[in-house]
Amino acid sequence: MNNTAIEICTLIIENHECGGRADQTILEVAEENGIFIPTLCRLSGLSNIGACRMCLVEVKGMNKLMPACVTKVQEGMVVTVNNERLAEHRRLALEMLFSERNHICSVCVTNGHCDLQFLAQKLGVNHITMPYIHPLMPVDASHPRFLADHNRCILCTRCVRVCQEVEGAHTWDIMGRGTKARVITDLNRPWGESESCTGCGKCVQVCPTGALSEKGQAAGEMLKRRTFLPYLSMMREVGK
Amino acid sequence: MNQDDLTSIAAQTKQSENRYDHVIKVCVAAGCLSANSEQVKTQLESELKQRGLETCCKVKGVGCMGLCAAGPLVSADANELMFQGVTPADASAVIDSVVDKKPAPAAIVMDSQLDFFTGQKKIVLENSGEIDPERVEDYIAADGYEALFHCITKLKPLGVIEQVTKSGLRGRGGAGFPTGLKWTTVAKAQGARKYVICNADEGDPGAFMDRSVLESDPHRVLEGMAIAAYAVGASKGFIYCRAEYPLAVKRLRIAIRQAENNGLLGMNIGDTHFDFKIEVRLGAGAFVCGEETALIASIEGGRGTPRPRPPFPAQEGLWKSPTLINNVETFANIPPIIRRGGDWFASIGTDKSKGTKVFALAGRVNNTGLIEVPMGITLREIIFKLGGGIPEGRRFKAVQSGGPSGGCVPEQYLDIPVDYDSLASVGSIMGSGGMIVMDETSCMVDVAKFFMDFCMSESCGKCVPCRVGTTQMHNILERITQGEAGPQDLDLLTRLTSMVKAASLCGLGQTAPNPTLTTLRYFMDEYRAHIEEGRCPAGICHPAKVEAEVGA
Amino acid sequence: MLPTQKTISPPSEDKRWKIVDGMMRRHGHEPYALIEVLHTVQETFGFLTDDALRYVATSLRVPYSRVYGVATFYHFFTMKPPGEHTCVVCTGTACYIKGAPVLLNAVQEAAGIKQGETTPDGKLSLLTARCLGSCGLAPAVVFDGQVAGKITTETIKKRVRTYLESETLAEGAHK
Repeated sequence: MNNTAIEICTLIIENHECGGRADQTILEVAEENGIFIPTLCRLSGLSNIGACRMCLVEVKGMNKLMPACVTKVQEGMVVTVNNERLAEHRRLALEMLFSERNHICSVCVTNGHCDLQFLAQKLGVNHITMPYIHPLMPVDASHPRFLADHNRCILCTRCVRVCQEVEGAHTWDIMGRGTKARVITDLNRPWGESESCTGCGKCVQVCPTGALSEKGQAAGEMLKRRTFLPYLSMMREVGK
Repeated sequence: MNQDDLTSIAAQTKQSENRYDHVIKVCVAAGCLSANSEQVKTQLESELKQRGLETCCKVKGVGCMGLCAAGPLVSADANELMFQGVTPADASAVIDSVVDKKPAPAAIVMDSQLDFFTGQKKIVLENSGEIDPERVEDYIAADGYEALFHCITKLKPLGVIEQVTKSGLRGRGGAGFPTGLKWTTVAKAQGARKYVICNADEGDPGAFMDRSVLESDPHRVLEGMAIAAYAVGASKGFIYCRAEYPLAVKRLRIAIRQAENNGLLGMNIGDTHFDFKIEVRLGAGAFVCGEETALIASIEGGRGTPRPRPPFPAQEGLWKSPTLINNVETFANIPPIIRRGGDWFASIGTDKSKGTKVFALAGRVNNTGLIEVPMGITLREIIFKLGGGIPEGRRFKAVQSGGPSGGCVPEQYLDIPVDYDSLASVGSIMGSGGMIVMDETSCMVDVAKFFMDFCMSESCGKCVPCRVGTTQMHNILERITQGEAGPQDLDLLTRLTSMVKAASLCGLGQTAPNPTLTTLRYFMDEYRAHIEEGRCPAGICHPAKVEAEVGA
Repeated sequence: MLPTQKTISPPSEDKRWKIVDGMMRRHGHEPYALIEVLHTVQETFGFLTDDALRYVATSLRVPYSRVYGVATFYHFFTMKPPGEHTCVVCTGTACYIKGAPVLLNAVQEAAGIKQGETTPDGKLSLLTARCLGSCGLAPAVVFDGQVAGKITTETIKKRVRTYLESETLAEGAHK
């Protein structure tokens, strides 16, 4: 990026007057000002893709809902984060994820440390009003240290992004499409046989749920360590 | 090639055609080809040779004549004589009729004064069924590439955009974004490189307008793209075409090679400093790639998943460069707009929707095929006048426009004018131009399920509302058709439709609920019959299954 | 730079790899050519094998998982060898309204396979298409690459039976 002076914008988020740089997103400015916007696929330090739709907000004058994680702030913007309509959308989006695959918290290694579970509790989703789809998905235990349980995957692609953007291995990607989509390693081979995997384990740490975990953990034991990410974001800022 | 060369090619081609007393035109677009029109053409040629008539009568393969259901189609003498369902065995009868004016058997004679033909107004399709799509000379003789030469030698890029803006042309891909505004944005965008992309990924089931234009008049699309490239400052273009259209791809490739060999594409076009090259890229069976950011991802060689906009492709598109994306029909409208002026185009159509629109008329209607009509015509005229009504005396039920993103319009709205805003006001969309007519034998819940099934399996899976939402909605619709749903399912269905519409990432998800929403709005009685009475009014579904099992 | 370029050789001696190599050369072995190259592989060999994907991935310097992701995203690509004959039933809207589901059922019954499957003897593959754009001829079916329109249950059953009872390609080739 060049050294031209960065424009400062003032905007209103949830009735708070906020200031932010023009290259910042609504989400970043909201966080700096202590305003909570729910997120799921987003993880600071990785690229933003706007896929989970949890961070959708209303922007005055726009007829579509905007994902806060990728929408840049503008002078004079008026942003609504919470109202009945947005709450209903977020609730339904979470219900959809719970209904899509098998998420039974009590037997999950990340029980109590899970981003999906946290959001459901925070947003008051305590029962699912739509039928469960629950296809039987495979569990890949071929890696000596890690475990991939596709039944718990929400297709947020954090693992794909961390592997490509941070580790540079691009072992993970998505195969298929729609509800048949699934994260894969290499040519859809068992993880343990992967030629490109460096075994760094970053994918396991960034995974929001119990889909990727370390072996040998009992229910509720898998704590995710993400301390390497702020450091990486900092390095990226310096790089700019 | 320069302007003089162009004029002389046009003159020569016209002259060589005028040498013949008669020109017999055989449709060689995909519809008629699959009904053996190639053999008809060969038979006509050999028959003429046998009779020693080849110097006075010429056989020419041409593009689509529109009435695909009656193919193979043959026409002669400026379309005064038309023949339908012609087989190779009919060749001599056709020649008798054309050359010796003997009446042909009634079975193959077609009335060229049918409303289907006379009710149309042709701009995009003006050359379809007239010129040989595999000969650039034929296109040049029909004023082809004149608009391009006019632009690059006489107009500044801004002058070109001015004409397009004046014309009031709106994107023919479905959303109806003003074309002039899009061109202006790309022209103003900063970038060392810019691209022009033609979206020929016509994925709507039941739509074949773009296929027909590409097969019948490919040079028109190339010329439209070249004009756009000159206007926005691009030197490279891509045509993203469905792999399911092999003939269109073949003809496009022939056309590009001919244009390059004649200096109509490539470096220093028309001896000016304008360079423009076009490459064809094949789609691979993904409806979502009709969405512009997904299409770009696909040209870049990746999975065709859309990304949030802004930034719009006009600012940050292919390889992060400013990119202009327009649909086939939009580009096909450009040469006539330049030739005849934006004001001329703006004089056709309605206040907010200018020009004509090509529709693919199909389903339960007598005349299935391709029509081009002025904007503002009513649905009733299209279906009952041009389309000739519903076969077998059945009752009209609904017309579905806009494919999986559109809605089902019931009889009470048949008199609304066909334009972007009127169709939107009844919950449907103009879409790319598919128009499927349904009669009383179609069950509207089943139709809603059909479209939801389509969206479910075409969803890329990136965003949650579309991926899971379409699956949940499909499952509910399936339960209704199977007689396993209760009233609470309708509530959930309604909640899901509004959430998926508002929260999905791209147009596929945002419009996926439309067929369901419109059928819920206009045909609630059919939903109720399935749920409450265990009965399918059209007799398509088997909603009484559960009761039957219980009773057994 | 890793010395990768010189060590990449095709998975087999098969001469057809030259066609694939030509396509990759034409695009300067750029990663963006992936879809074009996969089209060439499928056109040449009939389907995509793991070996082919590996070779294309290495040649174009695209990660394995991405190649697999692309190959499975697009429905036009198949990783299963197709049968000797193919029957593609169009399930576009116009064909659906005019009875495509009935045709599909007829083939499923006659051949004992579901859509996307090939008969155990490799004679026939049954596929569906999203729309062939031949809506004027609905319902349309593609038999061995040839589009045929206004198909009835009888015509499709007859055609399927001839395919199933046909001599195998290997025997036919000897004549």
